[in-house]
Amino acid sequence: MEIDFVIEKFILVTAIFAISLVIAMYSTYAERKVAAFLQDRLGPDRAGPFGILQPLADGVKMFMKEEIIPANANKWLFMIGPGLAMLCACIGTAVIPWGQDMMVGDRLVKLQVTDINVGLLYIFGVISLGVYGVMIGGWASNNKYSLLSSIRAASQNISYEIGMGLSIIALLLVTNSLSLREIVAQQHGWQWNVLYQPVGFIVFMVCAFAETNRAPFDLPECEAELNGGYTIEYSSMKLGFYLFAEYINMFVSSTIMAALYFGGYNYPGMDYMATLLGPTWAPLFGTLIFFLKIFAFIFFFMWVRWTIPRFRYDQLMNLGWKGLIPLAIANIIITGIVIAIVNKF
Amino acid sequence: MGTSVFYFVATLSVFFALMVVFAKNPIHSVLYLILTFFTFTVHYILLNAQFLAVVNFIVYMGAIMVLFLFVLMLLNLNKQNEPNKSTLLRVIGVIAGGCLAVTLIGSLKSVAIADPLVLKNPSLGLVENLGKELFGPFMLPFELSSLLLLSAMVGAVLLTKKEEKTNG
Repeated sequence: MEIDFVIEKFILVTAIFAISLVIAMYSTYAERKVAAFLQDRLGPDRAGPFGILQPLADGVKMFMKEEIIPANANKWLFMIGPGLAMLCACIGTAVIPWGQDMMVGDRLVKLQVTDINVGLLYIFGVISLGVYGVMIGGWASNNKYSLLSSIRAASQNISYEIGMGLSIIALLLVTNSLSLREIVAQQHGWQWNVLYQPVGFIVFMVCAFAETNRAPFDLPECEAELNGGYTIEYSSMKLGFYLFAEYINMFVSSTIMAALYFGGYNYPGMDYMATLLGPTWAPLFGTLIFFLKIFAFIFFFMWVRWTIPRFRYDQLMNLGWKGLIPLAIANIIITGIVIAIVNKF
Repeated sequence: MGTSVFYFVATLSVFFALMVVFAKNPIHSVLYLILTFFTFTVHYILLNAQFLAVVNFIVYMGAIMVLFLFVLMLLNLNKQNEPNKSTLLRVIGVIAGGCLAVTLIGSLKSVAIADPLVLKNPSLGLVENLGKELFGPFMLPFELSSLLLLSAMVGAVLLTKKEEKTNG
């Protein structure tokens, strides 16, 4: 436990935290621009050039709003709710390997906060914990709409967690490791897991949409039926936290999908680039590629939101239990058989 | 270092477990139970059982407790519709709890503390070693318990299914 080790990790944690916040901030801007583009509008263009300062203006607005806690709400839980949502959204990135080992001077720096040998399960656990923010906040608001929204969030999360877990099991059969570092390192160059697990990837992605409460599965905050659901009693920055946590979650799930299935920092021709750029800049270039993949996924999230209408609740449950779970189980069985045959010959 | 952390977390576990029992509001009880499970996760990490820790985290905190909370929110229990507990029930409860406590203390006293399994094989809790143990020497009990869970699941689905036609 040397002091430079602590400093290195501290810088890494701060950088990742800042990057996730900035990306989440500009996701709100990007979402409006994408929506505007898809609906043939201009979108925000008043604050700064091309409306680039809009997220800052929104943030200031959120902070300045009056803070209202309903008289019959459970005060402590009402305050814990948004904080928990934010916390669960932020701690997921701790085990993501952001790049290959980098040489800074003569020191080898790992671009990963921590490599626990059950990293994949850790992320899964954090995702499953995310629903508590919504549930606790919704219940503590003491409002019928919020309560309904909490209950919806809970059942939706539980249902899609199963499909997600099953799709991960098929991935584990291929990778033979629970450590994210190894999983990403295995996908060197072009050997991305999506080529071996296309069905698993689709199941995982649909479940990720449901777990982050994004359209077309944003039933907990459905405006038409629930007036915004669990956020209905929230005002000021508490509301801001809930909305913001959703964007961080989107960033984290995009990161996980890019890392697990689309090779993370790997790209074709990376060995050539490594000789060209040297051991300091080549890993950073890989990280840049990683972020491009993440942005592509975030754009995909937005594209889907403004294209596909919201599901009905029974449709959601049917898709989860009768569509995705059997598909994921079939995927596990077929993957297992194929691996057994391949190992035999 | 390790021992003091253990005592700190153990105190928290006991405190939250007591709060589960003493909390008036059932939702608060469940929330304290979640915290209790969280302290258990820390215990597993202290025992170097990372896999068990994460599984405890996912299954108990992430899934089962969400279901508990879900059911309680759906029932929306409050003071008015709480059934009155008679004094007799309370006395019986105290006696039953006391018997359980005596049994537990008695059995714990006979366990030799000088034989900690964990210290003999400190990396037993890591996922690789645990998998080898489960699918090696303990294959049959492991498979049997999964069958047990499967049959329980099928039974639960069967119970919730409405009988569509009752013409005999």
